[in-house]
Amino acid sequence: MSRSEPDRAGGAARKGRVVRGAGGEREAAPDPVVSTVNLVKIYQNGGVPVPAVRGVDLRVEPGEFVAIMGPSGSGKSTLVHMLGGLDVRTSGEIWLDGRRADTLGESAWALLRRQKIGFVFQFFNLVANMTVADNVELPALLAGASPRVARERREHLLGALGLTDRAGAAPAQLAGGEQQRVALARALANRPSLLLADEPTGNLDSRNTRDVLRLLGEVHRDGQTIILVTHDARVASLADRVVSLLDGQIVDDGAVGAARRRPRGTAGDVVELRG
Amino acid sequence: MRPFLLALLAKEPAHGYELKQALEQIFGSAYPSPNIGQIYVTLGRLEKDGLVRAVDVEQPNRPNKKVYHLTAAGREALDAWADEPTEGPRVRDEFFMKLVLAPMTGISDRMTLINRQRRHYLALMRDLNELAGRTDPADRVALLLIEGAMLHLQADLDWLDRCQEDLS
Ligand SMILES: Nc1ncnc2c1ncn2[C@@H]1O[C@H](COP(=O)(O)OP(=O)(O)OP(=O)(O)O)[C@@H](O)[C@H]1O
Ligand SMILES: [Mg+2]
Repeated sequence: MSRSEPDRAGGAARKGRVVRGAGGEREAAPDPVVSTVNLVKIYQNGGVPVPAVRGVDLRVEPGEFVAIMGPSGSGKSTLVHMLGGLDVRTSGEIWLDGRRADTLGESAWALLRRQKIGFVFQFFNLVANMTVADNVELPALLAGASPRVARERREHLLGALGLTDRAGAAPAQLAGGEQQRVALARALANRPSLLLADEPTGNLDSRNTRDVLRLLGEVHRDGQTIILVTHDARVASLADRVVSLLDGQIVDDGAVGAARRRPRGTAGDVVELRG
Repeated sequence: MRPFLLALLAKEPAHGYELKQALEQIFGSAYPSPNIGQIYVTLGRLEKDGLVRAVDVEQPNRPNKKVYHLTAAGREALDAWADEPTEGPRVRDEFFMKLVLAPMTGISDRMTLINRQRRHYLALMRDLNELAGRTDPADRVALLLIEGAMLHLQADLDWLDRCQEDLS
């Protein structure tokens, strides 16, 4: 549990720590991709304060895949929105790649998102009057990719998510699960070093979930950092680490271990796994 | 095991080893391979209850083998099994009992119990993911069984969230 662990919280989270290398010389550990210090968000609801995030210290290292779980209303969306600069924190600090980010203005955040953050919204947010293909290519083009590179990347992503034949459709013509996969493809178009995804499989059946899981596995192997909000235990079980929120606070934070030590079994184990 | 064997014998008479092979073939890797001794014990009981009838068949240079046939009473028992609703999943979950009872005694607090259990369920889910990954995609029965186990686990996790909200 990280909350009481000074290593993951407070001042140590701000800057890359200096650690001893194998040879005893001092070398700088890479900065965490994300680190927050006592992060708080209080919404005002008709003058009534609604605390959504209450003092979160979270540190995510480069290449880590972190799942955020917790009941509805526990502050998961609010937290990732703040990490992506889509919502302003009430107090506390946000550091991205060792730089203070919570004090940035809107245009600086927009630039950051274009350069290194891919964001998948819980409710998609696709551009309504553009085709699926254009929705996915746009971020790459905005970030300066050539039209050919943007097109190839789009073709790869739509293919991996089973959406090739929907490329010419408008978002409104798509089923919820299709829009959701388009939103994921769009977020990955730039090969962002940080993917923030809010319930990216919330509307998918198990076959489409499998496609998304495969793509996330690919992204993870490529070394991109993933912070993903999910209720789906299949998705969460693939993460290196699961952070559980309750009432805006982290109540558990740890690696997903192996259930039991045993030789690689066959599917015959299922009956015993569940028995 | 009893109704499974009756169902296989309704298709055609068979000896014990053929029944074992049929079960393995139908369920693929999704089901633990049945123990041959257990099959013979079950067949013996079914015979005693009059649900199957054993016929000795001579084999050259080998002991006789017993081929089992379904009887009319066996057919009736099989129909009854197929027609009756099957028990749903258990709700008197052992973890839930622990969650309610353990804090009363001061042995452990609920938050710790729930967090530990969540990690355990997620680790089981990871195992199931790996199992699905190395199961032959053509093995539909095995994959459906794995998916069923995953959906049950998901429900257990959702329930854990509810417990955490309401009991902490
Ligand atoms: N714009 C807003 N104005 C006022 N209150 C808000 C706003 N957005 C969220 N909240 C409140 O903040 C709390 C946390 O909401 P949040 O959307 O972060 O939860 P969540 O964990 O993402 O839930 P879900 O699993 O349902 O998506 C809730 O009590 C919610 O009502
Ligand atoms: Mg949400």
